[in-house]
Amino acid sequence: MSNFIIQTNKLTKKFGKFVAANELTFEVKKGEIFGFLGANGAGKTTAIRMLCGLSKPSSGSATVAGFDIYTQTESIKKNIGYMSQKFSLYNDLTVLENLAFFGGIYGLSKNVVKEKSQELITKLQIEEHKDKLVESLPLGWKQKLAFLTSVIHNPKIIFLDEPTGGVDPITRRKFWDLIYEASENGITVFITTHYMDESEYCNRVSIMVDGEIVELDTPHNLKEKYDCNKMDDVFVKIARKSKRVE
Amino acid sequence: MRIIWIILQKEFKQIFRTKIMLGIIFVMPLIQLFILANALTFDIKDIKISIINNDKSQMSNQLVNKINASEFFKIVDYPNTTKQAELLMDAGKTDLYIVIPNNFEKDLFREQSAKIQIIVNSIDGTKAGVSFNYLLRILTQFQIDQSSNLGRKITLGLTELPKIIEIKTSNWFNIKQEYKIFMVPGLVGLLLTLIGGFLTGINIVREKEIGTIEQINVSPIRKIQFIIGKLLPFWILGMFELFVAMSIAIWVYEVPFLGSPFVIIVFAGIYLTLVMGIGLLISTISETQQQAMFVTWFFMVVFILLSGFFSPIENMPPIIQKITLFNPLRYFIEMVRLVMLKGSGFADIKFQLEMTIAYSLMINFFAVIMYRKTN
Repeated sequence: MSNFIIQTNKLTKKFGKFVAANELTFEVKKGEIFGFLGANGAGKTTAIRMLCGLSKPSSGSATVAGFDIYTQTESIKKNIGYMSQKFSLYNDLTVLENLAFFGGIYGLSKNVVKEKSQELITKLQIEEHKDKLVESLPLGWKQKLAFLTSVIHNPKIIFLDEPTGGVDPITRRKFWDLIYEASENGITVFITTHYMDESEYCNRVSIMVDGEIVELDTPHNLKEKYDCNKMDDVFVKIARKSKRVE
Repeated sequence: MRIIWIILQKEFKQIFRTKIMLGIIFVMPLIQLFILANALTFDIKDIKISIINNDKSQMSNQLVNKINASEFFKIVDYPNTTKQAELLMDAGKTDLYIVIPNNFEKDLFREQSAKIQIIVNSIDGTKAGVSFNYLLRILTQFQIDQSSNLGRKITLGLTELPKIIEIKTSNWFNIKQEYKIFMVPGLVGLLLTLIGGFLTGINIVREKEIGTIEQINVSPIRKIQFIIGKLLPFWILGMFELFVAMSIAIWVYEVPFLGSPFVIIVFAGIYLTLVMGIGLLISTISETQQQAMFVTWFFMVVFILLSGFFSPIENMPPIIQKITLFNPLRYFIEMVRLVMLKGSGFADIKFQLEMTIAYSLMINFFAVIMYRKTN
């Protein structure tokens, strides 16, 4: 297996005449934190959905964790984690019940789930809340819990679709600590975000405009290329080229 | 199998934590069986009658007493004029009124005949017809009684029915013609349809609405596992509901149970898979729980009205009768009435059973295909 965990070649998704994602060709290295940036409607979610096996591409090819996204979606699903902008735990289940459910559907045995849950609860310091319904927890905790739940089965790669939407800067910072930790454990992180300060934390970022990837490099190189101090300015310079009307 | 078991555990936890679900599962059946079963009656009693007694003679008073003694009529007023009586009728305070003319007694003695005017409010045609017939029966009896009293034949201007053929009816299967015995088994069918179809649809759409379905879709759970995990709890609850409803029918309403419970259980088990398929289908075309409820509501009304639950299918126009063939509830209600009241076995309900199985296969086939496409 190559050094790349995601490889795409001219991956395209059309909805009728509308080309949501146009000939995306890129690679994501094993273990890196890959920022997948773009304005609203640039086609990020479409791309992620294809990579997760949720929607079939119109043309092009791609592999995720070494599996083909057309024919081996079941294998892909066993090897990835996913956390979307919509909150993804069950509000009417307790913390432990959520963990048991998500661990269970990834085939973890009861004992492993128990062990992992305890580990996770200790890490988040929510011992006294483990039997409370998730809906009673503050958003920041929920978000962190959702992240740790999405990696409970130790996936090769985790897709994060705007995971930090709507949380305060301190919680975001703590959230990123968790992301770093996952990355150190060898999990590749594929993340979309609207916070450009977060993109600085990524090893490499790609920027999508109107369904196409127009830049892909390290934040450092991009800032140099566009002669900016912050990724924020880089993004504005690039995204301004968009012709799609929102 | 383990995955389905895990989903089942989660579903049951969630169902028992959702108040609306609990309400629909446990309170609604009781309301339907205890309140609706009593409300749904076509027996007409306590018909409100007003009498304008212009004669005020011994004979006219006897007639009034006769009406008063009847369990069908309740005399609400004795207006003096037809004007007053009409006002009463307009206000809905009386269903019909009769006018006993002056000289009622005199005419009967002198001419052996007198006339009575009967005015019936016919907004509800069925009720009007029944009321009129009841009254006619009383008047006829009055005629006979008075004739024997006076020793000669009198008439009230009523057309006498020629008594060439004497008709005697005997009721089979529901001997006392009690409406409840007919309606309660039908209610069981309604309940299963609501629990099976209504709740499963809503339950699946709920995951869509809160977004957890995405999380499920990226997991290794296969769609078929998810569907089974989502439907099975309601199948179990539906069967539980069946036992509760049947118990109430038998022990509270004393509905006779002539057939074999086994037939009903097997049929209900298959019927539930059919309505669940409908629920699943509804979930694929709805994005929110509200939408799902509206669509279900539409189906339920059509199903109920065309099921023979209220009005016999044989009385419907031929085209509508054909349409009822597409109504699954029709088969269940026919079956449950046949088995309970008539003691039918599998051989007698073969048509209903075959149709239900065929529908179940067809609907679930489509539902699963649609579900795969949309999610």
